[in-house]
Amino acid sequence: MTSSNNTLTLTLPSDREIVITRIFDAPRELVFKVWTNPQLIPQWWGPKSSTTTVDKMDVRPGGVWRFVEHEPDGSEYAFNGVYHEIVPPERIVSTFEYEGMPGHVSVETVTFEEHEGKTKMTSHALFQSIEDRDGILKSGMEEGAAETWSRFEELLKSM
Amino acid sequence: MDMFSALAEPTRRNILEMLAKNGPLSATDIYDQFPASHPAISQHLKVLRETNLVRVEKRAQQRMYSINPETMSELEQWVKQMTQLWNERFDALDKVLEAEKKKLEQSQ
Repeated sequence: MTSSNNTLTLTLPSDREIVITRIFDAPRELVFKVWTNPQLIPQWWGPKSSTTTVDKMDVRPGGVWRFVEHEPDGSEYAFNGVYHEIVPPERIVSTFEYEGMPGHVSVETVTFEEHEGKTKMTSHALFQSIEDRDGILKSGMEEGAAETWSRFEELLKSM
Repeated sequence: MDMFSALAEPTRRNILEMLAKNGPLSATDIYDQFPASHPAISQHLKVLRETNLVRVEKRAQQRMYSINPETMSELEQWVKQMTQLWNERFDALDKVLEAEKKKLEQSQ
């Protein structure tokens, strides 16, 4: 069950960054283990409507990951990247690329902090340019888009 | 051009942010805020009008631009859907964590 203090937060510290935080009700060793376990990825990584398969997931510096989303209508969307830094159970630095938009690579740093048995996950994504983030926005199907729109949502609330 | 392409352009986003913060502004007010030429900004305003992101009201000799709340609520809906996707992902992860915690307890 999800309690209210597990709410997702999305912030945009600059035009090229997206920061997402979320608290998980588990110690960080476990969160890290689950996060980096290829057998468990299909159970949480993709949207509910699709089936995720792990093509590659070599969790060590220089190792490659590649996940494929299979939609019920037969379409497929693939994502890949390279792991740069693996510091169990604290930190993962990797690249992210949607194969539908090759060459637009972002760098994602995920950190895990433990407080009283719970883990705060912070995902920091850095894009090469504001245009890259806008490209992601245009595609309308990648999670990066949500953050750009959250800025609008904030503005709307302040109106 | 669709709404999303219209919004992917930084100047157009700046114009919308200005309108969201300040309320209705005349075309002149908007021109004054940007170093770009009037025709360039005018072109951006045209795109924003055509995609229904802004609406225009004639007041005396001025054309007043404001955010179109209907289109914005469509966008807001879209934001919610995207946030929902992230929430789905992490709610699923919560369940995996619960299951793994139970496995660990049983093995101890």
